[in-house]
Amino acid sequence: MSAAGEAVVVQDLVKRFGGFTAVDRVSFTARQGEVLGFLGPNGAGKSTIIRILCGLLRPTAGRALVAGFDVTRDPEAVRARIGYMSQRFSLYDDLSAIENLRFFGGLYGVAPAELRQRIAWAVEMAGLRGRETALAGTLAGGWKQRLALGCAVLHRPPIVFLDEPTSGVDPMSRRQFWQLIHRMATDGVTVFVSTHYMDEAAYCHRLALLDRGRLVALDTPAVLRTTALRGAVLQVQAPPTAETLAALDAAPGVLGAAVFGDGFHVVVNDASAVQDALPVFLAARGIPCQAVVPIAPSLEDVFVQRLGRRDAESAA
Amino acid sequence: MSTEAAVAVDGLAKRFGDIRAVDRLSFAVAPGELFGLVGPDGAGKTTTLRILAGVLAPDAGSARVAGHDVVRHPESVKHAISYMPQRFGLYDDLTVDENIRFYADLFGVPRRERERRTARLLAICGMTPFRGRLAGALSGGMKQKLGLSCALVHRPRVLLLDEPTTGVDPVSRRDFWRLLYELLAEGMTVITSTAYLDEAERCHRLALLHRGRAILCDTPARLKAGMPGAVVAVTTPESAAARDALADLPDVTSLHVVGDGVRVVVASGAGGLAAIRDRLRAAGIAVAEIAVVSPAIEDVFVASVAAAEALP
Repeated sequence: MSAAGEAVVVQDLVKRFGGFTAVDRVSFTARQGEVLGFLGPNGAGKSTIIRILCGLLRPTAGRALVAGFDVTRDPEAVRARIGYMSQRFSLYDDLSAIENLRFFGGLYGVAPAELRQRIAWAVEMAGLRGRETALAGTLAGGWKQRLALGCAVLHRPPIVFLDEPTSGVDPMSRRQFWQLIHRMATDGVTVFVSTHYMDEAAYCHRLALLDRGRLVALDTPAVLRTTALRGAVLQVQAPPTAETLAALDAAPGVLGAAVFGDGFHVVVNDASAVQDALPVFLAARGIPCQAVVPIAPSLEDVFVQRLGRRDAESAA
Repeated sequence: MSTEAAVAVDGLAKRFGDIRAVDRLSFAVAPGELFGLVGPDGAGKTTTLRILAGVLAPDAGSARVAGHDVVRHPESVKHAISYMPQRFGLYDDLTVDENIRFYADLFGVPRRERERRTARLLAICGMTPFRGRLAGALSGGMKQKLGLSCALVHRPRVLLLDEPTTGVDPVSRRDFWRLLYELLAEGMTVITSTAYLDEAERCHRLALLHRGRAILCDTPARLKAGMPGAVVAVTTPESAAARDALADLPDVTSLHVVGDGVRVVVASGAGGLAAIRDRLRAAGIAVAEIAVVSPAIEDVFVASVAAAEALP
């Protein structure tokens, strides 16, 4: 049995597919009411971990407790206590909003007496009043997404998994969606999110950075932004051309550079040394440089440095 | 020629039944500019891009793309542009090279130029090792980079992208942008729609669309500087309690929970911070940090859409 307040406990989890290690000795715990994000390139192990925690896939070694139940010994008990929302929203496009809710309510075994009340709750939560009979396929992205969330949590699961939940959803709907997620978290629901977007990562209480099956960092967005980057970030105001980018990549002390709007974000070893030397270095190559200022690293800067280039390697 | 806008849209309108998808929309994009269309679902982003691509006729108004009128000369427009819709038509059972060759044939790219062009596009976006791989076996990020390479093989003067990086990881996304910036530097013009505002920050200028109209249009820096009020970021482990404590503060125009606290927009500007601090202290909420921060594009966007919706 897990300690009080721990919704998910993962210890030395390993999953191998043949000779390939998809999950490599991963350990972490998630508290009740916590929103925990998984970040990592494709193939980092995000979905394998989620599938193990959903009781859909048996781990090769290690153990995972979800809502107090062991995923290997008691996968059915685990599945009854989780909700899962995929990035494709898994709705029946040719059923209406209300028919989708009824269908998923039946699937998850919500008692008929309770179902009516839960459906009313979901319609309210998703802002679907007046659209109950609209076919799911005709709903715009934001509504579709909130309907899918409603379907995934009708049975009041204490743990919810969201796989790229706001992929292709507009900014207003995304903010609305996250406020719903945080209300659920306040009520004690533990939420796991996998995402590629830093806009979305900022909504998580803690973020797990995964790289080739290993957990390379796990902390709050604020701590990751301030401590997880090796080096410092400079904002460089210079023409955003290929020539400038090549020059920056070749400049002494530069670890990486990327275009940002009409300038660059440059990761360096030693901010003060490079800050002075860079305009001179660029000027010597005929590149005008208006300003070099140190800025706080963004989550994306951290992600790209800690997890960069793995997509290409793993695909090779 | 060089002073003419690459894209000029004037009073553009398109209805679908009772819905005004695009409603008297006007904007101009300079050659070499990266212009972003941002807006909620149904704001008219995709409809606008389809009109500019010459695949959908407007009901009223005019649009000139690369010097050609989209209504009178849609064929000339199609040769001067590339349009990458949300689902770009890649052939899963063809290799990376074969897909690019297919699009090069379609656009009549001469054989000698094609080789050089393909090699360069694939090199910039890190796809060179995968030239012989079937498109169906590529990851989502690599598929998008291949789609972009196909769209660029005939050197379009204007590139139209509809939410190009949805579902693409940040590392692949940087490769994608690297390729775009290289071609922008050569004078190509790009109009892209996006739902992600960290991505919108990379555009030279943005149009915020709402119900078919541009409610704001400027550089990201000026949009942020022009936002009324101030954004106060509160870092606290008790984010839900902080939200509830601040909800009825009259100065607050927007309030939402993020991972490590709450983000509050106050109408009165930076002076509004004190009242927030007092209210949180009175409610006994532990605050690790409270500061006025620079607005994100998302804050500007939400504020301007809310203001537009408040109008009759």
